[in-house]
Amino acid sequence: MRRASQIRQRLAGLGLLGIPLLTYPVLGLPNGVLDGIPVTYLYLFGVWGGLIGLAAWIAERRGG
Amino acid sequence: MSKKILIVDDEPNIVISLEFLMKKEGFEIAVAGDGEEALAKVASFNPDLVLLDVMMPKKSGFEVCEALRADPERAGLLIIMLTAKGRDTEVAKGLAIGADAYVTKPFSTKELVVQVKSMLGVA
Amino acid sequence: MLSGASIAFLATAYLALLFAVARFGDARADAGRSIISANVYALSVAVYCTSWTFYGSVGRAASGGLSFLTIYIGPTLMLLFVGVFIKMIRIAKAQRITSIADFIASRYGKSQLLAGMVTVIAVIGVVPYIALQLKAVAASVDVLMAHSGNSAQIAGLDSTFLIAVVLALFSILFGTRHLDATERHEGMVAAVAFESVVKLIAFIAVGAFVTYGMFGGLTDLFQRADEAGFGRLFALDSGKAGTWTSLVLLSGLAIIFLPRQFQIIVVENVDESHLKRAVWLFPLYLLLINVFVLPLALGGLLSSGGTGINPDTFVLTLELSRGAEALAILAFIGGLSAATGMVIVETIALSTMVCNDLVMPILLRSTANFVEKRNDLSGLLIGIRRAAIALILMLGYAYFRVAGEAYALVGIGLISFAAVAQFAPAMFGGMYWKQGTRAGAVAGLSAGFLVWLYTLLLPSFARSGWIGNGFVEHGLFGIGWLKAQALFGLGGMDEISHCVWWSMLANIGAYVGVSLWSSRDAVEASQAERFVDVFRFAGGTTEARLWRGTASLDAVVELLERFLGVPRARQQLAIYAAARDVDDWRALKVDAAFVQFAEAELAGAIGSASARVMVASVTQEEDLGLDEVLGILDEATQVRAYSRELEAKQRELQEATAELREANERLRELDRMKDDFISTVTHELRTPLTSIRALSEMLHEDPKLELADRKRFLGIIVGEAERLTRLINQILDMAKLESGRAEWTTGEVDLGELARETMDSVGQLFREKGVALASEIRDDGLVVLADRDRLTQVLINLLSNAVKFVPGQSGRVMVRVGREGGAVRVEVADNGPGLTAEECSVIFEKFRQGGNTMTSKPQGTGLGLPISRQIIEYFGGKLWVESHPGEGANFIFTVPLPVPDE
Repeated sequence: MRRASQIRQRLAGLGLLGIPLLTYPVLGLPNGVLDGIPVTYLYLFGVWGGLIGLAAWIAERRGG
Repeated sequence: MSKKILIVDDEPNIVISLEFLMKKEGFEIAVAGDGEEALAKVASFNPDLVLLDVMMPKKSGFEVCEALRADPERAGLLIIMLTAKGRDTEVAKGLAIGADAYVTKPFSTKELVVQVKSMLGVA
Repeated sequence: MLSGASIAFLATAYLALLFAVARFGDARADAGRSIISANVYALSVAVYCTSWTFYGSVGRAASGGLSFLTIYIGPTLMLLFVGVFIKMIRIAKAQRITSIADFIASRYGKSQLLAGMVTVIAVIGVVPYIALQLKAVAASVDVLMAHSGNSAQIAGLDSTFLIAVVLALFSILFGTRHLDATERHEGMVAAVAFESVVKLIAFIAVGAFVTYGMFGGLTDLFQRADEAGFGRLFALDSGKAGTWTSLVLLSGLAIIFLPRQFQIIVVENVDESHLKRAVWLFPLYLLLINVFVLPLALGGLLSSGGTGINPDTFVLTLELSRGAEALAILAFIGGLSAATGMVIVETIALSTMVCNDLVMPILLRSTANFVEKRNDLSGLLIGIRRAAIALILMLGYAYFRVAGEAYALVGIGLISFAAVAQFAPAMFGGMYWKQGTRAGAVAGLSAGFLVWLYTLLLPSFARSGWIGNGFVEHGLFGIGWLKAQALFGLGGMDEISHCVWWSMLANIGAYVGVSLWSSRDAVEASQAERFVDVFRFAGGTTEARLWRGTASLDAVVELLERFLGVPRARQQLAIYAAARDVDDWRALKVDAAFVQFAEAELAGAIGSASARVMVASVTQEEDLGLDEVLGILDEATQVRAYSRELEAKQRELQEATAELREANERLRELDRMKDDFISTVTHELRTPLTSIRALSEMLHEDPKLELADRKRFLGIIVGEAERLTRLINQILDMAKLESGRAEWTTGEVDLGELARETMDSVGQLFREKGVALASEIRDDGLVVLADRDRLTQVLINLLSNAVKFVPGQSGRVMVRVGREGGAVRVEVADNGPGLTAEECSVIFEKFRQGGNTMTSKPQGTGLGLPISRQIIEYFGGKLWVESHPGEGANFIFTVPLPVPDE
């Protein structure tokens, strides 16, 4: 019970981190082109993928 | 024929005093300074009784006693344990592993001689 | 190749495959071996991705750039608040919730009014969404047929209508095959998970083909798009910040409140722990299906070159332009899959709501005779649901005809999102705020829905010219501040943000305001308790006390048989009886628990509001009254508070016990150590005493002893007496050092000088044994603050140890004194036998003597080194030994130099 609630809280914390990262004004920051691909595109998918990765790590990790 | 006694102790002065005491009573004496030597001497000297100190290097008196009691050929061998540690648990342990008597240091020479003689059946 | 017949054949074959998957899932469920795993659950949530995603996103990206992503970022973030979902699932299971309408109605006192309202809003709100699917599938058929030179008319009928009919038939076959009317459909979930995989594969295949087959990869695409002037599509425009945020919010709400999402996530959930997988696997799915959206849009724009191709069909037209027909067919199947999945789940969810929350209450009320005449009503329930499915699809088709042409796919979908967002205040309030009342929920929902209707739905009709657009252009009755998409003059926003802002303001304002000014009745109060405190609700006795009345077993059983069908009713009764150790359900006692059970069973079939009415009709329930209910609930709350306090106290007690046990353990350890020490000291004292006593007794008793023996014995006695004295002194010394009662006279000590003096004083000892003693004193003026006598004691101890262990004649001992860092280092090195690593550490323990000589036992006490170490450590230094067997020993100590005054 305690463990489950800790996972929930960590995931919620991740959500609270994700909201500012994926909305304005932070979203207005990335600019320019990297290796021919717009940084905005890389930023959105990068942060998004990062959140998913962290969520998977938090949710699926055993024992810790 | 005199009875044979093996004295085992790592304290040279105690060995000296015991050796003198027992020789004076007419016993044949051999000495050993540690547990391993004691086992070797038992084999070569073939004593009737062993005065065995407990706290010794290499093999403790308890280990020597156990080894001797494990040997069926030496069933008649008498063992008197000597110890400077007078705790009840050690007395009990010594008797449990097959010592015939247990004497606490420092001992009365008179009483020790009486005990040795009575055990060996020489009055 | 792509004739109408072959397309029809392919579509039919695919639908048949889905049907087979569902049959398999149901068969496994019936056999008790559910195939709903965490992965299947997570994939089934991807029913969220409809033809909107499959076709519409590309169209949206072609005009709005990266903003299409908001629809997928919102759900990703929302899912992270997994506690909300778990609570919802917990409540739904406890209350046998069948739909979102049921959820809201049940929370606010099992209100039939609310259930009906939510149903109406959901149906009206979702109809545009269904229209979107029809439009997308129709468009995809048109593209394929136009490509192969066929006309879009099939047998003189509108293809969209035909698609609606096919989907209706398929959904009816799919969702309402069962005659038992329960809330869960495992086969459907399995089929949806399957179609999710299909649409993902199809979309990625097209994306990869276009990006890497038609263009030179992402870099190439982006560069060419930039050159062609489409750069704004992948720039983020801060001016759209408001739209971005409202779309993230809307989609975050839609992921729970769309009827089909609620159905899949909450009602169809078989295991709470599956959410742990869905929380990341579903967002990962969303990410994968979106990676190629922008590249496809750019590719479409670059290839079409302004030929007027609808960007919503780029997913098909791009590969067709290259003649990749097989890929186009795969894409068509993917799109069909996306639309079908959505329509099936949505219509099943909505038809359940329409049946349970709209039609049943009316039937039960108005035509009581008709209902009473039927013995088994489960068939009637299925019939109503089937009709509802057909009706909903026809409404979708009607909306498509009326307003569909004027909007792009995404535009239509967002209208639905804004509608279901209206459920949020009543839902969240109901789950976390006990004071939220039925009146508040009704007011909030009505206000929000009316604003949505006025600012979004009606303008969508107006745009296609079906109704006048005066209220949009000039305001209702020409009043300027009533302009539908600029209420109170709030302009400059896109229509969705405008609607979200005003509808949420009205909705939340009315919900909270009315809740605060209205009161609850007894049923509401107890339901509020059950919802908000679902994790703590005591159930059991409290549950039983909340119902009081009388009922006959026969009446209740008959009710169950009529709605569930006889076999299922008997089966459930048997299970209930078995759980209470009653052999035959006919012997069951009709108490509060039994009525509760019956109501829950009925709720699973006809919704909580209707179930309550039906149960009330066959039982004589005493009205408990609000005060009494609140009293019972307060008591339950208090009991919970007490038990929590008790738990806390118990924990404290356990912790205290553990600490006590530990302290006791430490004490026991100390006691054992002390015991060992005393035993060792006793041994050390008794050993010399033994020789003294034995020899003096012999001297005493035998006056005729020879002179030589006499002398020898007296010598031994004197030596042993000295040993005993030394031992007692050192034990006392050690005790003083350890207890901190030793006396110290601290002064300036020159260690070089001290070393020389000490070596002189022990010189005799070395000369007697023929051991060489040398020194190497490197620095002068090595002055430390210490006790001179104590340091001398240490050095003497080390030197006498050394001389004891080195061999006579060939022995060498070396003393070195020098500065090292901020300390003086003194070494006493010998060429004796050396020490093993183990001996190096134990040698500083009390009564551990070095060397294991057999006959010449060292004449030490075993306390010299421990005492020396205590002394050195007292002055802040260290004493240790470095040695290897056969290489001599090097005893080293350091004493820190005084810190110079600044």
